[in-house]
Amino acid sequence: MSRFADIFATARREHRAALIPYLTVGDPSLAASLEIALALAEAGADILELGVPFSDPVADGPVIQAASQRALAQGVRLADALELARQVRQRSPVGLLLFSYYNPILQYGLERFARDAVAAGCDGVLAVDLIPEEAGAYRAAAEAAGLDTVFLAAPTSPDERLAAIGAASRGFVYTVSRLGVTGARATVAPGAKELVERLRRQTRLPIALGFGISQPVQARAVAAFADGVVVGTALVEAIARAPEAGAAAAGAAFLRGLRAACEMG
Amino acid sequence: MSPASTRPGRFGPYGGRYVPETLVHPLEELAAAYREAKADPSFGIELEKLLRDYAGRPTPLTFAPRLSAALGGRKVYLKREDLLHTGAHKINNCLGQVLLAQRMGKRRIIAETGAGQHGVATATVCARFGLECVVYMGAEDMERQALNVARMRLLGAEVRAVASGSRTLKDAINEAMRDWVAHCGDTHYLLGSVLGADPYPTMVRDFHACIGREARAQYLQAEGRLPEALIACVGGGSNAMGLFYAFLPDKQVKLIGVEAGGKGNELGLHAARFAPGGGGSPGVLQGTFSYVLQDAAGQIALTHSISAGLDYPSIGPEHAQLHDEGRAEYVAASDAEALAACQTLARLEGIIPALESAHAVAEACRRVPRMAADAGVIINISGRGDKDMGILARELKLADGDRG
Ligand SMILES: Cc1ncc(COP(=O)(O)O)c(C=O)c1O
Repeated sequence: MSRFADIFATARREHRAALIPYLTVGDPSLAASLEIALALAEAGADILELGVPFSDPVADGPVIQAASQRALAQGVRLADALELARQVRQRSPVGLLLFSYYNPILQYGLERFARDAVAAGCDGVLAVDLIPEEAGAYRAAAEAAGLDTVFLAAPTSPDERLAAIGAASRGFVYTVSRLGVTGARATVAPGAKELVERLRRQTRLPIALGFGISQPVQARAVAAFADGVVVGTALVEAIARAPEAGAAAAGAAFLRGLRAACEMG
Repeated sequence: MSPASTRPGRFGPYGGRYVPETLVHPLEELAAAYREAKADPSFGIELEKLLRDYAGRPTPLTFAPRLSAALGGRKVYLKREDLLHTGAHKINNCLGQVLLAQRMGKRRIIAETGAGQHGVATATVCARFGLECVVYMGAEDMERQALNVARMRLLGAEVRAVASGSRTLKDAINEAMRDWVAHCGDTHYLLGSVLGADPYPTMVRDFHACIGREARAQYLQAEGRLPEALIACVGGGSNAMGLFYAFLPDKQVKLIGVEAGGKGNELGLHAARFAPGGGGSPGVLQGTFSYVLQDAAGQIALTHSISAGLDYPSIGPEHAQLHDEGRAEYVAASDAEALAACQTLARLEGIIPALESAHAVAEACRRVPRMAADAGVIINISGRGDKDMGILARELKLADGDRG
């Protein structure tokens, strides 16, 4: 069984949703990212989304755009994210999902990327701007190396697409809670639950929900119908607000508040 | 790098749909609306009427006698897209897409713009059809094309400044895509070049193909044969594809695309995606697989051009195919060459081209004297230079104080 499958099975046994925080690799620095990643794992993260900074993040709102820019300005690239994964893996069994735009992976080389990602201890990859129809070679390379491919499902996806997304995904499916880019919101979009239910009819994989979740009360609401809760922008913001030396502690404190909310009670 | 495919929306290995999942359904909706419109004769009739009565088609193919003489007597013709309403070819595509938006019931239109010509054309058709219009424009481009910003506002559009990244066309497209992801239910994204995810490269090319159809017939009428070469500037590539498309089967006609050579060959100083050693290679940006100026790790490079409309790190996927197959040839003209060509055309023909189009004129000035003595060429004058008067006045020292 893959590590992702294990993680979701364990979470289900424990009557809670898996907690999946996102961090932008290299923000505020590579050294800090390692500390943050380990602190998040300590604080109850089940899977870490390691965000590879990209120059043109069309799916991201201002907070993650700015985090990417800070990381890129220090020269952080996909290879550094793989190296970070390797260092985290040496010290933690936490799930590791690389979260990237497609071009850095394509330029790295699909086969080389999949091999190096697995060798570094990554469990899966999500390319934000890659849909199953365009992912033939990517999926073949990932499959051959044993790297799970996670695809996005969106509120606009009709049922046939949800079926194809489920079929192309390994480990779990990541559903986007609302129309729009990443960014913290005050409420969970009303259509999110319906989307998860529609997707359930198309796949037996665990379903995580993300985009916009920032507070424990939202995490609790999502945990009632999804198998995993992704928190991105709000965490990136909490990390950015803290001084670099306190970034890991700030991230961990933020995550602990969410972890309790993921228990389904 | 990517498997060649015969799927629709592919140009050899290039093209495709590289977007977040949320946008796939809106793209499919658009593709279906376009398919249905093409099959509906009333759509073609309405578009043709607008192109004629509102935009001013057909545009003339103007013989350029003094430029021809200066280039050794070869015949130089100018396709006059500068004479269209709003001053550039961009309105061809905007009229087509606004009719589609109407068919889809979308009342809000968003667009990106570099030089501001596409933004002005979009604002224009939105005014004509009573639609809400938001145009994203890089903050740097708003400064250098200030006249067009004022035009868009006068036409009732909201112009949103984009301050991220290079603050130019690429960043405006990012922001427009983010808007579209959030509002795709009621909003049509009126993309302004043969870029982006399928169906845009095909659809935008089709809406501009009238340029080449007219030019081919006009040249045959004037000269009784086909020209030796077509020369067009290439930003995203819409005016060039529009001119080239009708001539693709005419293998004896050379197709020449002119990219922005900027200030030099080093990455960051130009926007010449095909220039050998310039840093361009196949990659994915903003929905499509094509040539991209990028670093070894796949991060998109900054670009520079004196002309905002050419200042973009990628190029339409059909150009990538024409390039690899050798059907078209791509060269670069520098900022300085474009400025000089602008002056040349103004002085010899009484026509002030847009700085974008001046890149095509610059290549003609270099190439035509080397061609056979009886050769003839068509240069696409994709737009007029009014919007560039600030830059031209500064660079060519045209102000009163410069003259003393
Ligand atoms: C006059 C003119 N020509 C050319 C271009 C470049 O676009 P394309 O390559 O799509 O024709 C622009 C873009 O703004 C323009 O305004």
